[in-house]
Parts: sequence; C-alpha cells; structure tokens
Amino acid sequence: MAVISAGTTLIDAGAISVPTGALILIKSITASSSASISFVDGASGVVFDGTYKSYIFKFIDVHPSTEADNTVFHFQCSTDGGSNYNTTMTSSHFRAGNYEDDSDRFLSFNITQAQSQDTDFASLINGSIGTDNDQSASGFLQIFNPADTTFVKHFISRTNSHNLNNVSMVAYNGGYFNTTSAIDAIQFKFSAGDVDNAVIKMYGVT
Amino acid sequence: MAIISDGTTIADAASFSVSLGNMVLLNTATASNSASLSFNSTYITSTYPIYKFEFINIHPATNSAYFQVNLSIDNGSNYNVTKTTTYYHAYNNEAGDAYALNYDPARDLTQSTSYQDISYQTGNDNDQSTSGNLFLFDPSSTTFAKHFLININTYSDVSGTDYSINTYVGGYGNTTSAVNAINFKFSSGNIGSGQIKLYGIKGS
Repeated sequence: MAVISAGTTLIDAGAISVPTGALILIKSITASSSASISFVDGASGVVFDGTYKSYIFKFIDVHPSTEADNTVFHFQCSTDGGSNYNTTMTSSHFRAGNYEDDSDRFLSFNITQAQSQDTDFASLINGSIGTDNDQSASGFLQIFNPADTTFVKHFISRTNSHNLNNVSMVAYNGGYFNTTSAIDAIQFKFSAGDVDNAVIKMYGVT
Repeated sequence: MAIISDGTTIADAASFSVSLGNMVLLNTATASNSASLSFNSTYITSTYPIYKFEFINIHPATNSAYFQVNLSIDNGSNYNVTKTTTYYHAYNNEAGDAYALNYDPARDLTQSTSYQDISYQTGNDNDQSTSGNLFLFDPSSTTFAKHFLININTYSDVSGTDYSINTYVGGYGNTTSAVNAINFKFSSGNIGSGQIKLYGIKGS
C-alpha cells in the first residue's frame, strides 16, 4: 500500500521518499590513545567520494598525550585509499591569541604553519595544546568536491585551542590540495605522541 | 490525506512533519558559461532565519576575475542594495615567498551599491577555482540591516603567479526592506562553470 499525500507519494514499494536534512553524519570516531584517526572511503562505513559536494569534519575536545613546544594537531589527504598521506598542498595560516595572564595578544600570519607546494601534514591549530585535563582544541574543517578530477581541492578550517602556555588561540587555514586526482581518505594526528582523547565527526553536505 | 498518530500530524500536504535535520537544501544553480547566477523570492523568504550558500569550484571564463555578490529588495529587478563591509585575506604563493594577512581597503564597501568582491583574482587555468560559503542572516527582516559572512578559498592567478588566498568578508545590506534575491557574477567575463547550493537553516 502506498501512502500518498496531496498527490505526492511518500511511502511506496518498501521505500520512503522524503526530503532529508542537508548535513548528513557519516561517521563519528572517538580517539583513545590513538596514533591517528583516519576516514577512508569504503572502509568502516565511510563515504568520501562524489556522493557529497563538500565534507565537514568537526573536532571536539582534541587532547594530546604529549605536551611539547611545536607539537601540533594536523591533517593530510590521500589519493590512493590511505596508502599514502602526502598530497601536495598550498595554504595560508593565521592566528589570533590572548594570554590568560593578560601579558600579550596578537593577530598575525604564521608562515611556519602554511604550506607551499608541500606534502607535509598541515596544522589545524597554532602552537601546542596543553595536556592539563581541561586543555584541548575544537573546531571544523571543510573540504570541497574531493572526488572532482578537474579542479584542485579547496579547504577551509577554523579551530580554537587551549595552548600549553594558557593562551586562547584561534587558527584559520585556507588552501588547496594541488591535485586533479580524487581525494578519498583523510588522516588526523599529532606531530608527536598520541591523540589521547578526541571525537571527530564527519558530515557530508548534500 | 493526513497521517495522524496520537494527536501528532506525521504526514500532511505532501510533507512529513518530523525532525529531518536543521539544514535543508533548497536549490542548486549550475553555471555553464553563465553571465551570473541568481536566487530569487522563490527561495529567499521568511521561512528560514539563516540562508547558507555553498560555492563549489566557481571557475571564471576570464583570468584573474573577482567573484562578486549583490542583493536585491525587488526580486531581482535591481541588484543595488547599499552595503558597508570589511574584506581581509590571508595569502601564500606556491613558492612560499609571498605571504601575508591583510585588510584590503580596495575591496571593502562603504555605503556603496556596487557588487561586493568575494574572491581575489580567481585563475582560469583548468584546475583553478573558488570554493567556500556565504551566510545571509534574516533577509526578510523589516527592522534590521541584513548581515552576511563570507569565507572562501581561491586558487588565484596574480600577475602570473599562483596563490592560495583565503578571504573573509563581513558586512550588512543597509536596508530595512526585505532582501528577496541575490546575484553572483564575476567582475569580468562569465562564470565558466561551478555550482552554488542554497540551504535554509531552521531557527527552531
């Protein structure tokens, strides 16, 4: 039996045809002393292909196991299903910070965290997150049209972190993976030590 | 025919009345050597308090053109709403020898009806484009100005050099009339290709 309302078939032949929300949760991964977190198309229920025109990753309370200067939370993408995370990218990176003791505040470009046709991992934060129990980073990363084979793959991100020197630090990235190959995997990790705790949610935007 | 369960209307008037997410795709406009792309009062109404536009690989026909936006209060007859805005960007070239975070006073608007630049000199090589987002807040208000926020990234050609340019624009349409249409174009030449997706974000 079909359910038809105002001339529109809503339920028929074992399927429901209704408009869904445009932000679709694809996968949520919780880190616990994890060396890295990866989302690979076709693995563990992950869809990272041409199904969606953009993908949004939300980072919730990313907490490191290791506290050291210049230890950053960063990411890279793969064009070979996660065998290699080394896609060439060019990007910009700027940050604003304010110290809890009111000793300094700033807004500036940071070339050491930017990429210039590099295959390194790109930092999503500025400076290093502390390992105090209440210190972490949160934010988002959006990647546009990763499965396209004509254009480079643009991304934008913004995070705020509780720096090891007790600085509230907001970091902005914009860039592109300079490849016309389809991107089909992404990996997040710290430059040293494990991801002690984090939730990373991956969404597809219809 | 409506479906009512325990006093709650589940389905009626060709729609389900259930929680289906708070961001709803309203329309997708695809450019194919198009002079501009527009969304009119069919989509921009009082239904949603926030509208989000996603730009997917906006590619110019003419090299180093600026992708632009303007608003209308007469359903697209005129795109000339007075605006005051800020425009700043972080850029880095592929050689890594030219980079900065700059406010660009040549790109902001001060009570101007001109189009607002979104990108900075988008290149027209086959792999060059602009992608990002624009949020338009409460366009149907007849009390407040109409705020908007833009963040995009561009693969730019600036005097023959390739840059990644991350642009931020904030501003308001300085009108208490309802905004009911929006237009996107390049400062020079057509939109060779690209998609703009329009979403409504529910307020409750």
